[in-house]
This record gives sequence, C-alpha cells and structure tokens, in this order.
Amino acid sequence: MTATTQTSGNGAPWKRVLTFGGLGLILVYCLAPFYWMAVSAFRRPSDQFELTVLPAPFSLDNLTAVFAPGVGFGRSLLNSLVVAGVTTILTLVIGVSAAYALARLHFRFKNAVAALIIATSMFPGISLLVPLLALFTDIGWINTYQSMIVPSLSFALPLAVWNLTAFFRQMPEELEQAAMIDGCTRGQAFRKVILPLAAPGIFTTAIITFIAAWNEFIIALSMVNDSTMQTATVAISRFTGAYGFDQPFGTQMAAGVIVTVPLVVVVLLFQRRIIAGLTAGGVK
Amino acid sequence: MTAVAHRARGRAGSATSGAGRLAAALLSPTFVVLGLVVGYPLVAALRESVFRDGTDLDESGFVVEGSRFVGVDNYTAIFVGESAARFWNAFGNTTVFTVITVTLEVLIGVGMALVMHHAIRWRGIVRASILVPWAVPTAVSALLWRWIFQADGVANAMIGQQILWTTEGWQAKFAVILADVWKTAPFVGLLVLAGLQIIPNDVYEAARVDGASPWRQFWQITLPLVKPALLVAVLFRVLDALRMFDLPFVLIGSRKESVETLSMVAFDEAASLRFGPAAAYATILFVYVAVTALVFVRLLGADVIGAAREKARK
Repeated sequence: MTATTQTSGNGAPWKRVLTFGGLGLILVYCLAPFYWMAVSAFRRPSDQFELTVLPAPFSLDNLTAVFAPGVGFGRSLLNSLVVAGVTTILTLVIGVSAAYALARLHFRFKNAVAALIIATSMFPGISLLVPLLALFTDIGWINTYQSMIVPSLSFALPLAVWNLTAFFRQMPEELEQAAMIDGCTRGQAFRKVILPLAAPGIFTTAIITFIAAWNEFIIALSMVNDSTMQTATVAISRFTGAYGFDQPFGTQMAAGVIVTVPLVVVVLLFQRRIIAGLTAGGVK
Repeated sequence: MTAVAHRARGRAGSATSGAGRLAAALLSPTFVVLGLVVGYPLVAALRESVFRDGTDLDESGFVVEGSRFVGVDNYTAIFVGESAARFWNAFGNTTVFTVITVTLEVLIGVGMALVMHHAIRWRGIVRASILVPWAVPTAVSALLWRWIFQADGVANAMIGQQILWTTEGWQAKFAVILADVWKTAPFVGLLVLAGLQIIPNDVYEAARVDGASPWRQFWQITLPLVKPALLVAVLFRVLDALRMFDLPFVLIGSRKESVETLSMVAFDEAASLRFGPAAAYATILFVYVAVTALVFVRLLGADVIGAAREKARK
C-alpha cells in the first residue's frame, strides 16, 4: 500500500499483486454490507436468520410485505420524492445566480461571502431545528411538506452553491466575453451561453443535492409525527412490520433495498461526474 | 431571475463598478434564504435557551404555564445541575466518536486512495463501488448494521461469539464507530484521491533518480503535497461527526447512555417539548462546532476556500 508511490503501477509483480489485493479489499469493504442487505431482503421470512451467501429459496415475501396495505410505504416514498425533489429545484433556482456571482464577478468581500456560505453548511442540524420546531409548532406547519423542505435548504443550498461555483469556474471566461462582444448583456450571456453549457454541472449538482435531501433524517423525524407524512428514511426506522417479530429485519432490509437501489443506480451511471462534483465541493 | 437580468443589462458596459451591485443582486436570494433558515434559528435558539417553556412546577409546587425567563438557568443546569451527568456523558461520547472515527477514516481513506491511485485496470469499478456506502442513507445503514450485529446475526457468526452488540456498553460504541467508518472512510478516500491526482509525476521521477525509497517518497512527497486536501477532508468529517445523530439513534436507540451524543440529547429535550433546555444544548453544540472549526482553520491552516478553488481551477 505504502510501498508504491509511482503512478505507473506496472512495476514489480509483487507490487501489482499488492495493488490488486488492495482493490479487492476495497470492493469487499464497500459492497459486502450492502450485499448482505440485498441477500437478507430476498430470503423467506421463515429463514430470515439463515447465513447462506445466497438466499435459498429465493423469495419476494419481504418485498411484498413492505408494500402491504397497512404499512403505507408507498406514500412514504412519495413524500421523500416530493421533499427531496422540491428541495433540489428550489436550491438550484436560488443557488445558481449566487454561484455565478462567486465564480465570475470580482467584488469586495468575495472570500468572506464564500466562507460564510460554506460555514452555514457545517452548522449542526439540531441547532437550527430546535427553534424551527418551536416556530413551526406555533404556525401550524407540523406534518406539512414545507416544514421539511424549508429546513432542508439550510444544508442543501450551501452544498449546491459550492458545487455550482466550482463548475462555473471551470468554464472558460472567454465564452461570455465573446457573447458580450457580440452584443449580449451579462445577463443574456449567462442565460444563453453559460447556463446551457453548464447543464452537466447543474445536473450533477442536482443529483448530489437530491441524494443529500433524500437521505436526510433528523429534520423529517422532528417535523412530522403523522405517519402518512413521514419520509421513507423515517418510515423504515419505525417499521413494525407485517410479521410478528420484535424487529422485522427482513422487511426493513427489503425497504432499505428499495430506498437505496435507485440511488446506487444513478450513482453508478454518473459516477465520474458525481466524483468530480463531490471533490470540487469538498462537502458530503 | 428576470429582475436580476434586467438590472444587469443596464450595467453591462461598466464591468467593475457595477460588479459589486450585480453581485449583491445575484447573491441576495441565497442570503435571504440562509438568513431565514440558518441565521434566524441561531439567534432564536440563543433567545430560547434563556427561557423555560411549558407546564412546570415552581418551588412552592404551583403549576406554572407558558414560557418563563430563567436567565442562564438552563446552562447551569446542564453544566453543574441536575442534567450535568447526562451532558458530560454526551459530550464525552461525541468527542470520543469524533476522534476515533475520523482517525480511522483518515487511515483507511488514505490507504484506499493510494491503492486506487496505483491501479490502472479496475479503477472505474472500484471508484464506482466506493460511492455505494456514501449513497446509502445513514438511517438505512444504521438498520443494516443493526441487522449485521443482531445477537444471532452474521457478525457473531463470523467471530464465533455471542455478543449483544446493540445493548449498552463498549460493544454499542464499537458498533457505532464501525458503521460510521464504513460509510465515510470511502468518502475521505475520494477526496484524498483527488488530492493525489494533482501531484505531478515528475516530482516522483526526480525522487527516484535521487534514490529515495518508496517509503520516503510517501512521507516526504505524497503526504506533504496531499496535506491541503486531507486537512479539508478531515475538517469536514470532524464537523460532521460532531453532529452525529442518525446512526446511534437508529442503530442503538435514544436515551442509551453509552452512545448518546449532544445532538441526541438536544433532540430528546425538544421531543419532550422542553424547548428551553433543548435550545441550550443546541447552542452549546453549535459553539463546540464553531470553536473546532476555528481551531482547524487557525492552527492547522486548513484552507477550505483555497483548496477548493485549487481543485476547481484544474
């Protein structure tokens, strides 16, 4: 691991063995627990505690139990989709102009402004939640979508601004200059030249923001006590399940698979872009 | 948007003089929103922390309703009063979790980054798989580990022991740490890998020509050059670990002494509608996070903005 520091990687055979061994370890490390969730999801509830590597016999009972009428998991998925989706759209609409200003304009206090925006993303969620919970209780927002969406902006907006700024900075400044020489104003240059070209960056930011909002837990847990309004992450943690176990692990694993697999598919499809976004933003 | 564009149109000619006002116009929506969802709650938390809400019994046993101004009572109660033991336990748990998880994540993350950096084939697959733990919601990963750490679960089967992982005690702490490290070490690995990739190859060539061993190359070239990226990753991880909530809450449960963090205490107070004490806990946690961030930036010179900009310029 520390033995090789060159990037060529085709050195001595033992180095290659070491690298491949390391890669294998990383794969097992990252995927084994996830695999175990999937395997457990497809076991029969009666042999939930089996330890075989493959579910035998294969069964969809847990998956059907997740969507049993009394559980209301479909509604929770819809709630998550609404909260994460609206949060993402709002964040992009509000954040894109700020990101453009930070990336392109030269003005006083620019570093201070950038530092302030990124600092807000580091504030502990609970510090913001306690007063918001009191406020929302007063104005009757408890058990509403907006009570989850508005606090979600506190972490999603800095994240999006930060990512978008990085993407805008990567675009050559000559693009707008050319557009402005051709008679566009800065606003037109931004709308007609920059925005279409920045579409991949905006798309990536949307994915990262959506995942962050989809995975959010403490806000949804605090703001909602009506089970028809809770998001999927909260619903899973509160499953009592259709079967009589004290904790319905099979159903929970199946629900976990349902909540996670779409994210994993998106992440795998766009992994190159997402990694570029994550490392540029440097935030979770 | 249209209003902004409109204003921009008038100033397109004078690039620098109008830039300040244009920037203000472009930034104001973000600042208004952040002011409402971050600025207001912070001030309100401070204000609320000197009140005590709800029905209460006063000294003579009378029922008192509504919020009363109690000054620093909520804070003294936390530091030295009836909830001091709970607070210091939560403070200790938060700190221990942060120090141990971040240390492990850095060690594992750097290891992963080095391996991926040297790999030519398979790199894409591994880089993709490393995103899987990151994409799994923390609440779901907590349930996943709860299942793994079940009394007759796969963890006990593998080590041939009968440990009740999710009950109070050192084993609960261990379970939380392991689950957290699993989810976030790959993320540190990604950030470090990005740092590794901007180190020019000729630096290593020169070192090899001078006869530096791989070990020395790592300590004297790789580590110093990757330090800015690493420090930013560590800063983000530390601040994130300090507010840890989902994982112990779902994996072990609330009001469990051995894993209760500051966020969990504040949440528990708020959930019991004791907003005053909850706000006091939340404010203390905020100060703890802010001081930690300041120490990082000042003492260790974590250049958050600079490092991000460096990467963006690439």
